Amino acid sequence: MTGSSEYVVWYDEYDEERDRHRVGGKNASLGTMMGAGLPVPPGFAVTTNAYDTLRSHDDLTVLINDLIGEIDFDIPTGLQAVSRRIRSEIEKLAVPGEIEEAVFTAYEQLCRRCGVSDVGVAVRSSATAEDLPDASFAGQQDTYLWVHGAENVLAHVAKCWSSMFTDRALAYRHEMGFDDQAIAMSVGIQKMVDPRASGVAFTLNPLTGDRTQVAIDASWGLGEAVVSGEVTPDNYLVDKVLREVVERVISDKHIEIRRTDSGVETLEVEAERRTSQCITDAEICDVAAMARRAEKHYGCPQDVEWALDRHLPDGENIVLLQARPETVWSQKARTSVSRGTYDPLGSIVSTLTAPLKAEKAN
Amino acid sequence: MTDKRFPSPFEIETPEGAEGWEELYPYSVLFSEGRREYEDSTFWFMDSMHWGWAMSPWDADHLMYAIASLSQYNSRHYLIPPANGIDFRILNGYPYFSPVTIDDGATIEARAPQFMERAGHYFANWDDLYESWLDKVKENIAALESIDFSPLPETEDMEVITSGRGVGSGWDLQAEYHRFQDLAQKIWQYHFEFLNLGYAAYLDFFGFCKEAFPSIPDLAVAKMVAGIEVDLFRPNEELKKLAQKAIDLGVADAFAKHDDVDAVHAALSGEAGQQWLAAWEEVAEPWFNFSSGTGFYYYDKTWMQDRSVPYSFVHDYITKLQAGEDISRPMEAIRAERDRIVEEYSEFLASDEDREAFQGKLGLARTVFPYVENHNFYIEHWSMSVFWKKSRELGSMLVKEGFFVEPDDIYFVRREEMDTLLFDLYTAWAVGANPAGPHHWPPIIAKRRKIVDALEASKQPNALGPPPAVVTEPFTIMLWGITEDSIDGWLSTDSDDGSVSGMAASPGTAEGPARIVQSADDIGQVQEGEILVAPITAPSWAPVFSKIKATVTDIGGLMSHAAIVCREYGVPAVTGTGDATTAIQTGDMIRVDGNTGKVTKI
Repeated sequence: MTGSSEYVVWYDEYDEERDRHRVGGKNASLGTMMGAGLPVPPGFAVTTNAYDTLRSHDDLTVLINDLIGEIDFDIPTGLQAVSRRIRSEIEKLAVPGEIEEAVFTAYEQLCRRCGVSDVGVAVRSSATAEDLPDASFAGQQDTYLWVHGAENVLAHVAKCWSSMFTDRALAYRHEMGFDDQAIAMSVGIQKMVDPRASGVAFTLNPLTGDRTQVAIDASWGLGEAVVSGEVTPDNYLVDKVLREVVERVISDKHIEIRRTDSGVETLEVEAERRTSQCITDAEICDVAAMARRAEKHYGCPQDVEWALDRHLPDGENIVLLQARPETVWSQKARTSVSRGTYDPLGSIVSTLTAPLKAEKAN
Repeated sequence: MTDKRFPSPFEIETPEGAEGWEELYPYSVLFSEGRREYEDSTFWFMDSMHWGWAMSPWDADHLMYAIASLSQYNSRHYLIPPANGIDFRILNGYPYFSPVTIDDGATIEARAPQFMERAGHYFANWDDLYESWLDKVKENIAALESIDFSPLPETEDMEVITSGRGVGSGWDLQAEYHRFQDLAQKIWQYHFEFLNLGYAAYLDFFGFCKEAFPSIPDLAVAKMVAGIEVDLFRPNEELKKLAQKAIDLGVADAFAKHDDVDAVHAALSGEAGQQWLAAWEEVAEPWFNFSSGTGFYYYDKTWMQDRSVPYSFVHDYITKLQAGEDISRPMEAIRAERDRIVEEYSEFLASDEDREAFQGKLGLARTVFPYVENHNFYIEHWSMSVFWKKSRELGSMLVKEGFFVEPDDIYFVRREEMDTLLFDLYTAWAVGANPAGPHHWPPIIAKRRKIVDALEASKQPNALGPPPAVVTEPFTIMLWGITEDSIDGWLSTDSDDGSVSGMAASPGTAEGPARIVQSADDIGQVQEGEILVAPITAPSWAPVFSKIKATVTDIGGLMSHAAIVCREYGVPAVTGTGDATTAIQTGDMIRVDGNTGKVTKI
């Protein structure tokens, strides 16, 4: 993917030093994960430069400042009215041509990459403040799912910009004493995952605690079926070092949860697909490798949610949805095999005396 | 463990046409009434890994030399705490082994410090001792080469008179024969000087890995020790160079008719061809003292003796080179992969102490590895090639003297009988009368040949006697891959779908037509893309591993030749199946799963 510019930064081209200050916390996190080999669904950030350009083209700043100046924060209804007014002013502004073009081009590239026209995307706001790059704006920004088409995407970008001026955001900044004009807004555009199969992965064997293995559960469709226990998933064990599937149990996967035109539905799986392996060995190894990278990135065993997207090309179709630390084995003390001291000959004597220990461990 | 048992050695019938087979072997290796109580209550397994074919009397000597030496190092040199030697018998021409385990804890404990001192000396000085081992082995080979089996002279040289020597050629011939057998036995003493310790070090590393990483595949452990240059691969590497040389010299076409050595040589009669032959001669000694079989049988031919085998490999390599293939062993890649695997598993260890132990054990496993591999070239191939060559010389001399019809008759005489035969020859020469041998031996040899043929055609059981509750003898597990599970497998009736299982020796899965290769003679039949199914494989078969999709063997553990080579070539392998060569037919479509050890017909 190429084409990062003043207004657009692709997640897989994210450069910490160059982009961190202009894509907001959420986008920066996605870009960092991509850079660490943790393949979040593909997408791009519309940079804070875009909003800066927008507001410099008009008297927007002045208007907003005037409106904010009138707010009496003690009267909630007044705050709501001003918020509505500012948001509508922002959303009805004509987006400058260069920004429109940058967003349209990037969206088209994303569609091409996914092999789908008008690919469904999530549009999310990702706010930042110049002197508070890490300030938490959690829950104060908008997310729009399954947005289709370039025009629609652009309209939702504007909605994200305006979301800086929700009543909650205005009240929050007032309380915290943040300067409203020092806040900048970046927007993330990311492919909605449409999984052919999905599941979870542990970066250790949950039965034995063996950290050289990745245990993967996988079933057809969306991962909710696996997580909720509605379906018995296929189970695979992958050796992390050899990078090979060393054990597999294929289950009868009778249902799958899929997104259809009418929403998210639970569907019967047709007979021949029920008992067939829902991802290939190569894909299993890709999932394991990704889980392993998450483990290395975060420095402890991970419990990962993943999906195999039906639109992305082979080799790029495994995406990471969520990673969190594994909690059961990670908290147990690990036993030392050398028992503290290494005595080469004594050890050989023990081995010769009990060779079965070695062999039976198979 | 099931309560079934294998047949008693005393209820095994003599195959039709093999009546009187017992006279082929010394009394001491036969099951007999005198030791019946012990023999009948003991578990014996057939070593078809090394001696998968019925042995002639001359072949059987090497079995006896080998197993006595192996045992002696366990029991008297190093005092391996839980193991003495391996008791052995010959039944219907096949060897049966029984490990002599030490069960008594106090004895094991008492032997441990002695073992540590003795083995410790070898481990601590391994490289130096190995260097001097190489010198000793080469010296032994040179001594074997110097053995003189010339016919007895009409009259002694004048020099014998003038020097006042006092003994004559008849005495010399007998002394040469004694020296010959002494050197032959020495071959096997040297063979086992390091081997048991080498396996112990490997087993120790293996055990550590299995404890630290309960689910680690066997092959990952083996890969950590791979990628060391060893002499055992040299013969094959030299053939690759000769293939390139044939192309460079423009004589590649000469190998089109590789199975007709004379035709190849006719095509090499020009100047360039002579240059190629000179290049062959330059490396033939010692590298082509390489048997097409295990080197344990008199009919195993070396590459020097029968060039059709190496010429067919040269032809294969030429074809690959001309197709632009890279035929070099991917050593860089093997080493890079090895280092990656070591580093990554090391990271998973719980503590720095564990990492130190892991590195120490790995280091020792790697130290012993060149010997574990190379002894096979220096002993089984080079030393044994010279032994067989000298045996043929003696056989030829005895044809001239009228004792034998053909040189190979020698292999049907027992070594102690040869002593008597040579005394007969000497006496007649001394007396100036007729020896008895020319009338005595030919009918005996003719009969014995028929017996060996009948034994060869027979199928003998994998094991005899009561199965052991547990297998604890370390070398039985390591070298022969014999565990309670494999014994159970032999006891259970063959599955009717023809599927077999064994050790997952090299990972990956493959499907294709099976090719049963009973011996080196059939190796030329192997086609590209087939799955090799053999009792065992030999190092000289190396070139076929680049043709085949997978390997299945009847016998062999993780360190067996097939396992090691397949891992290097990245070809799946299942070893130690017990009966793949009988359960599977050439042409059967089979699926080999080198991750689980399963072989199924599809």
